[in-house]
Amino acid sequence: QFGAEFRRFSLDRYKPGKFEDFYKLILHIHHIASLEVMIGYADVHGDLLPINNDDNFFKAVSSAHPLLRVFIQRQDEVDYSNFGTNTLSRKKKALVTLRNDNLRRRPHLNISLPHDFRPVSSIIDVDILPETHRRVRLYRHGCEKPLGFYIRDGTSVRVTPHGLEKVPGIFISRMVPGGLAESTGLLAVNDEVLEVNGIEVAGKTLDQVTDMMIANSHNLIITVKPANQRNNIIRSSRMSGSSGQSTDSTASHHSLPTSHVLQNFHPDEMESDEEADIVIEGGLEPQHIPKLHSLTSSSLSRLNGSSLSHRLQRDLVLNNSSGRESNGNIHKLLSSLKTDPRHSLVIPRGGIEEDGTVITL
Amino acid sequence: MRRFLRPGHDPVRERLKRDLFQFNKTVEHGFPHQPSALGYSPFLRLMAIGTRSGAIKLYGAPGVEFMGLHEENNTVMQIHFIPDQCQLVTLLDDNSLHLWSLKQHSGASELQEERRFTLKGPPGSPPSATQVTAVLPHSSRELLYLGTESGSVFVVELPSLRPLEERAVAAEAVLQRVPEDYCNRRSCELVEALREHPKNPNQILIGYSRGLIVLWDLQNSQVTHHFLGSQQLENLYWQRDGSKFISCHYDGSYTQWPVSNDNRQPEPLENVVPYGPFPCKAISKIYWQTTKNGLPYIIFQGGMPRASYGDRHSISVIHGSQQTAFDFTSRVIDFFIIFSSEPTAEFDDPSAMVVLAEEELVVIDLKSAGWPAVHPPYLASLHCSAITCSHHVSNIPLKLWERIISAGSKQNIHYSTMPWPIDGGTNLAPDPPQRDLLLTGHEDGTVRFWDASGVCLHLLYKLSTVRVFLTDADPNDNMNTLGEDEWPPLRKVGTFDPYSDDPRLGIQKIYLCKYSGYLAVAGTAGQVLVMELNDEDAEHVVDHAEADLLQDQEGYRWKGHEKLKTRDGPVRFEAGFQPFVLVQCQPPAVVTSLALHSEWKLVAFGTSHGFGLFDHQQKRLVFVKCTLHPSDQLALEGPLSRVKSLKKSLRQSFRRIRRSRVSSRKRRGAGGNTSEASPDCSAQRSRSASLSWGRGRGDVSDLQNVSFPLKVQEANAKFDQDALQEMELAPVQRKIEARSAEDSFTGFVRTLYFADTFLRDSSRHCPSLWAGTNGGTVYAFCLRVPPAERRMDEPVRAEQAKEIQLMHRAPVVGILVLDGRSTPLPEPLEVAHDLSKSPDMQGSHQLLVVSEEQLKVFTLPKVSSKLKLKLTALEGCRVRKVTVANFGSCKTSDYSENDLAVLTNLGDIQIISLPFLKLQIRYPCIRKEDVSGIASCVFTKYGQGFYLISPSEFERFSLSTKWLVEPQCIVDVPELTSNNHVNNRSGVENAARKS
Repeated sequence: QFGAEFRRFSLDRYKPGKFEDFYKLILHIHHIASLEVMIGYADVHGDLLPINNDDNFFKAVSSAHPLLRVFIQRQDEVDYSNFGTNTLSRKKKALVTLRNDNLRRRPHLNISLPHDFRPVSSIIDVDILPETHRRVRLYRHGCEKPLGFYIRDGTSVRVTPHGLEKVPGIFISRMVPGGLAESTGLLAVNDEVLEVNGIEVAGKTLDQVTDMMIANSHNLIITVKPANQRNNIIRSSRMSGSSGQSTDSTASHHSLPTSHVLQNFHPDEMESDEEADIVIEGGLEPQHIPKLHSLTSSSLSRLNGSSLSHRLQRDLVLNNSSGRESNGNIHKLLSSLKTDPRHSLVIPRGGIEEDGTVITL
Repeated sequence: MRRFLRPGHDPVRERLKRDLFQFNKTVEHGFPHQPSALGYSPFLRLMAIGTRSGAIKLYGAPGVEFMGLHEENNTVMQIHFIPDQCQLVTLLDDNSLHLWSLKQHSGASELQEERRFTLKGPPGSPPSATQVTAVLPHSSRELLYLGTESGSVFVVELPSLRPLEERAVAAEAVLQRVPEDYCNRRSCELVEALREHPKNPNQILIGYSRGLIVLWDLQNSQVTHHFLGSQQLENLYWQRDGSKFISCHYDGSYTQWPVSNDNRQPEPLENVVPYGPFPCKAISKIYWQTTKNGLPYIIFQGGMPRASYGDRHSISVIHGSQQTAFDFTSRVIDFFIIFSSEPTAEFDDPSAMVVLAEEELVVIDLKSAGWPAVHPPYLASLHCSAITCSHHVSNIPLKLWERIISAGSKQNIHYSTMPWPIDGGTNLAPDPPQRDLLLTGHEDGTVRFWDASGVCLHLLYKLSTVRVFLTDADPNDNMNTLGEDEWPPLRKVGTFDPYSDDPRLGIQKIYLCKYSGYLAVAGTAGQVLVMELNDEDAEHVVDHAEADLLQDQEGYRWKGHEKLKTRDGPVRFEAGFQPFVLVQCQPPAVVTSLALHSEWKLVAFGTSHGFGLFDHQQKRLVFVKCTLHPSDQLALEGPLSRVKSLKKSLRQSFRRIRRSRVSSRKRRGAGGNTSEASPDCSAQRSRSASLSWGRGRGDVSDLQNVSFPLKVQEANAKFDQDALQEMELAPVQRKIEARSAEDSFTGFVRTLYFADTFLRDSSRHCPSLWAGTNGGTVYAFCLRVPPAERRMDEPVRAEQAKEIQLMHRAPVVGILVLDGRSTPLPEPLEVAHDLSKSPDMQGSHQLLVVSEEQLKVFTLPKVSSKLKLKLTALEGCRVRKVTVANFGSCKTSDYSENDLAVLTNLGDIQIISLPFLKLQIRYPCIRKEDVSGIASCVFTKYGQGFYLISPSEFERFSLSTKWLVEPQCIVDVPELTSNNHVNNRSGVENAARKS
């Protein structure tokens, strides 16, 4: 029913007013006053976050620079689990699963939405790991935040057929204040590191584990045995809401696309597009981006920021969309909106002529 | 999808892999590290060298060598061959004796340990009672006499190593008939020397450390003669006829003693202090060699005047009026004389002296006038100046080989022409299949060319780059200016010279084109020399150019070393490789990569600041490219080595401390603090534990140092203690952080590569230069080289065509272009010399980029990722060395394939297939702690390799079933000629019957 269309309008940045006014304004501008819609916005990281109360409306406006990109969807078609999980949706495969899930699942209750968050980490594979272990995935959004932790050698006690045995192990020794690792709250000093991206660290030296972690730093999945075992997930009650485990469980509930069974996946798959190298051809004269991002309709805004990401976004388009079919588009779009240049500079395979190329900084 | 295509176990491929790959460590080249003992068998004409790590190596004729290792890894103190046998006995510093045999096994000899034995005294006796100090294998081959610290001589039966207690010579028995006053002063002495009478096997000479020497009769078990020496004894030697012997002493004197039946307690004939009258150092070993002409050779070690020459390591040879003190640059371990061993011969007639010094083997020809040195065919001192880099070139064309040998022979004129005197055994190895050169660059600015074709690594030619530069030390100053009248008559011998006049001269990179004879070498101070082989001496001016790698970057100050000053005017060069172009990088940072294209006449070089291309035909700099990140102050300011070594040394000291902590915990044992290791132990607790331990250590070191009177030492100890505590506070930890563009040394150029490929479009190929940096960047330049007829008229042009930033930002260690058949492009001039098929320019080319973390294949000309193999992310290992190697099948002669040989930082070698990057096989090769071994590794083009196992030794290994260079030799027991031997043989048979 809705075509994809866009509107551009302005708000007073410092006095955004109330959410309800904004909601009405939106409906008015788009001439859809009769519909119940869900409003979302793209934050600086390209994540789709909802606007449904005064607080997050204010947050959205204040974080918009220079433009706030607002998405409007029909209320009954909104898939809440999409919010804040876009990073993963770049994978086509993940998208498929996502959609299937949408068909099956009832819409979530609003209260369980991670309103203002984008994922910096998630707990994954809860179902296949022992309760004492925790598998944590750290998302590095560009380079703006360091991973920020240190590891050390240590001894760990294992139960073996010969009784208790002391074996060498690798432990987290320090957290950098303000770093990604600390901000997740999922890792702590003295947690024992058991695996890095699905590979056991037993028998490996500190330097080896360091090198492995750095080599996987763009998508680091560490399995730890937390030093503090009191916050472990209790399997029998997987419902969220109980305060003691909320931090741990919220992410896992909304991390459907991330629930790879780590043992089974081929690591190359996961990173096939994540690790695209930047190729600069010819001299240093700037070139245009050909048809790469001309996926969807027209442009809501032209950004004239000078940073790389802004320039890359100049041809990008936004749409007001509704309907299930457009979910995919939103995600493609969001992924290309991400500020991390490496994600934006994906070279389309075979999509380019012999001579024409590609992307410049 | 790919997961379904992952390699299953294809049985055909598995079989082929077995035919292609095999890992062997084949031979150790060079000089044994820390030699500690020397032995020689005149019967087998084999020499044995023992080391402090418990290795024992036997050498005979070139190519004949054996190696054994004592399990205990203890220092080998003495080596004694059993007379007329293929057996030897070693004494280790744990007082254990080991019997080794050369056994024949399927046509070749092998060295095997047969038995071991430790002398045990009666219960309750002190350990010194059985501490072996002297070993004498008796000529009967049945008995071994063992002199001990207590003064007793024990007897052990051979080959069972069973002690014969009834035959032991107790010190009391010896002292019975010694005059009262003499023996009162000298009790409880250790046995310094045991020597069998040369004519009468029933008599042995026993020398005690305080000076007493007795002749002991084995049959009657009694002393026949007493020789009352007044000086502390060092060693003994019989004259050939048994009428006299000579003793040498701690005070630098030697004494001759007569042995006759009339006088049972003779006075010395002669007592000489050769370098007197001032106090002299001990003479630790002496030889008395008779000759036909009557004048004996007296050869002894040490004895130099204590005050002025006490620090010299010398061996003196006196023959009539001739006297020379051979002066060695390192400590003399031991020496022996090769003389006529025929028992019927009347005189010794020595032919050569073999000296094992700590760092080299020196052989002196005693027959030729002037006693020149003999050029050893093996045991080369690789480290005569520290090795800084190495480069291997396979399959050298005969022409170039001969020219290098001829240039080298002109350098070796001062060597003796004597054939190698240690010539036992027979080399059975087939002739090496091809001529291989190993080039080593050294700290003193020399490049040594080694014949690496076979088992014996030997020096062909030595090239020095020093002449091009003005250095502080004038080479003429160092000449040995001692004249004839100088006393003592010292003469420097050997090549070991670890002192470098100027570390900036050090060679860092070498590239030799075997077809054209062009050689490029690059050094520590940013110098790049291009040389050409000239068979004649020549005097010419070296063209000089400067490459400013910082270009327009301003405001930086280089805080490292200055560039080398060049010599103005023409320089005289000896025949061999003569430099004609010198390029100096500015700033003069160490050259980190080098490539030479002899067909295009271009040389490319890179440092931590950038890289440049030089046209050595027109002698013109083509371009420079700065790779430096503007914020990278570390790389800008100073030599990389300094920063790196500081980091390394810090890391090492951390490790050391950790190790000591761990081991001391172990020592504290079960009673120790067990809670410390429990998993929930908090950071604070472990920290406080380590702190208190740190204090404990400090106390210990204080106690130890109280006894030292020196204030300095106390201060040092205090400092150590403080430093220790400081470090104890910081645990060994590693930061986990993704690499970023701002990291240090990202601009460091790691690899350079020339290729004729499709860089711009798929219709035209062109010459190109590729460069990879530490920050994971690959630069590609399109080159326009004028055709040969206009080569001097038009300039070479270069234009940047591509820049690839690897997302993982790991250092790029190798770049390679594969042709349409997925074969690596041939070397320059290889096709022109009909030694390679022309590359396939029809199919599309591929680019292989090897970073420390992964291998990745890209399409060309449009660079897009095709496939990759991740190493670090999956295994935690990093690529240190990579090369393309050709592997031939051992089953069929017509099958061979190219693979990548990769050495990782864990010391593993992996073979990875081309172009699909599948891991074929993995071998552990070097211990991962052996950082310098890993750094020194060099692969050959045919699946062999070398790495340093010590500063002076290369281990050679082979990954190929087809190309295997290893010793294969046999030692036959020579014909027994004399009656004496026949008698001995019957003696052995008797002994066998008895047992």
